[in-house]
Amino acid sequence: METFSTNLHKRSIPIGRLSSKKLQNTVLRTLCTAVVAVGALFVLAPIVWMLSTSLKNEGSVLLMPPQGIPHPLQWRNYADALDFMDGGLVFGNTLFIVVLSIIGQLIASTLAGFGFARIQVPGREVLFILVLTGFMLPVQVTLIPQFVLFSRLGWIDTYYPLIVPEFMGAPFFIFLARQFFLTLPAEMDEAARMDGCGYFGIYWRIILPMSKPLLGIIAIQTFMHAWNDFLRPLIFLHTSTKYTVALTLQNFTADYGMTPWHLLMAATLMALLPCIALFFLAQRFFIQGIVISGVKG
Amino acid sequence: MRTIAITPRKRRLIAFYLFISPWLIGYLIFTLGPILASGWLSLTDFDGVSTPRYIGADNYKEIVHTDLFWKSLWVTIYYTLGHVPLSVVGALCLAVLLNQKIPGLSLWRTIFYLPVVTSGVAVALLWSWIFQPSYGLINIFLFEVFGIQGPGWFFAENWAVPAFIIMSLWGVGGPMLIYLAGLQGIPTALYESAEMDGANAFRRFWHITLPMITPVLFFNTVMSLIASFQVFTPAFVITKGGPNYASYFYVLYLYQNAFENFRMGYASALAWILFVLILLVTIVMFRWQRKWVHYESVR
Repeated sequence: METFSTNLHKRSIPIGRLSSKKLQNTVLRTLCTAVVAVGALFVLAPIVWMLSTSLKNEGSVLLMPPQGIPHPLQWRNYADALDFMDGGLVFGNTLFIVVLSIIGQLIASTLAGFGFARIQVPGREVLFILVLTGFMLPVQVTLIPQFVLFSRLGWIDTYYPLIVPEFMGAPFFIFLARQFFLTLPAEMDEAARMDGCGYFGIYWRIILPMSKPLLGIIAIQTFMHAWNDFLRPLIFLHTSTKYTVALTLQNFTADYGMTPWHLLMAATLMALLPCIALFFLAQRFFIQGIVISGVKG
Repeated sequence: MRTIAITPRKRRLIAFYLFISPWLIGYLIFTLGPILASGWLSLTDFDGVSTPRYIGADNYKEIVHTDLFWKSLWVTIYYTLGHVPLSVVGALCLAVLLNQKIPGLSLWRTIFYLPVVTSGVAVALLWSWIFQPSYGLINIFLFEVFGIQGPGWFFAENWAVPAFIIMSLWGVGGPMLIYLAGLQGIPTALYESAEMDGANAFRRFWHITLPMITPVLFFNTVMSLIASFQVFTPAFVITKGGPNYASYFYVLYLYQNAFENFRMGYASALAWILFVLILLVTIVMFRWQRKWVHYESVR
């Protein structure tokens, strides 16, 4: 009804008014584009500036006015920065933590999500509310007792405090998994049960293969979080050979004396690169968030 | 041979608890236990190693009589008052612009979202270079374009928190994306009929877009409020709270008490105060939303 009457109105607009409206729209659109372009320039400027600094030599960093494109381009900065921060080791450490965190989150969060979405038992809703309270809680409240617990267990200065909790799932991912599984048709569970599947069979053979977007989102977000995490490594890791990229980067200047901006920016860029690369590779997971789709085949 | 009969009901129950057991165990050990422990520790004198000594509400009494506590609370509130409105409104404006049919749309969206995927120490270091008083991009820009001698930013007492606020706006793409999703859910028929009635772009925004987007506006406000109470990494990396405590954020104060001075009882009390503050602000926001958030009655 609504659209019908709108269409009628549209047809009855005189030609003259339409073209003036068109002109107005063009002006408005151009204005919008201009504002957006200026904004984008401001957003990109820090990244370009970082790239530019990272290719300068020690002297040209302090040149006034600055060189936009450094001359000569000092690619050696990247090797030097890697060398200085013991890059192979530190990136390896971080990757180790990140990969285990992803595995842990993928398993634990989907298991719990499946339980909450697919197995009907009394008291389920109450437990799910407990899950939800988890993401209201500021981490600072649990941090100190966790530190005490981990030090009693002798886990300080090991990777256990960073990895073991990841194998317990995260409230947000459990919530996400539950929401996603709820959109998958329940008839499939029935059919699988007829074929003799137990709950785990349904989870493993039916639900998980259909949940690739969900798994992608969990993996990517866990990667971002574990890669950039700072507070927890800062508290739990003490030996510099066990440091993550974030920790090493934070100590870069202190170890060097005065700030070597060209090397620091090269190191910073390398630290950001995995996240930026992942963003471009898997953009749809970021942008579309969760597309809750039914069965498509 | 006798098998123990398991009813389907029992089987379901066992399966359910098996499936959620990783979370449930984790919740008990890493969340619920620590919450209770933290509440108890806040009533003790505790250095992290020896046995906690019960001292009643002394930590809380000491906190409210400590100038540094009030200073750190003020720094955090000052930052919140700058960051939340600017990022919430800025992101909305950006989303509205990027919801128009302008050329290069997906490119623009990608650019604005890019900073969101970066975070932590690397971003803090990048911005400490951008704001570097003599050689940083911002002061060079101010000088070359406007002939203004820029302030000392992170090195100046009056400019440290504003610098953190400006830096935080770099992540405006996060809430922007959530707005965009909301904007795309507004039925176009509403705009079409408004246009027929002769409403101009501004009035269409004011009378249709804004009311329809208030639930998202509310969500983004609450989320950024909660996050801005917990700022730690940028302050720790860039200023360590300085100069002269000008950027001494609340969580920095908490961290230094817990893990540098090993006053873990005192720090637990600080954590609980933070928790209650966040809870109060959230409750107030939820109360207040009834006055201005517009929910479609039927979905």
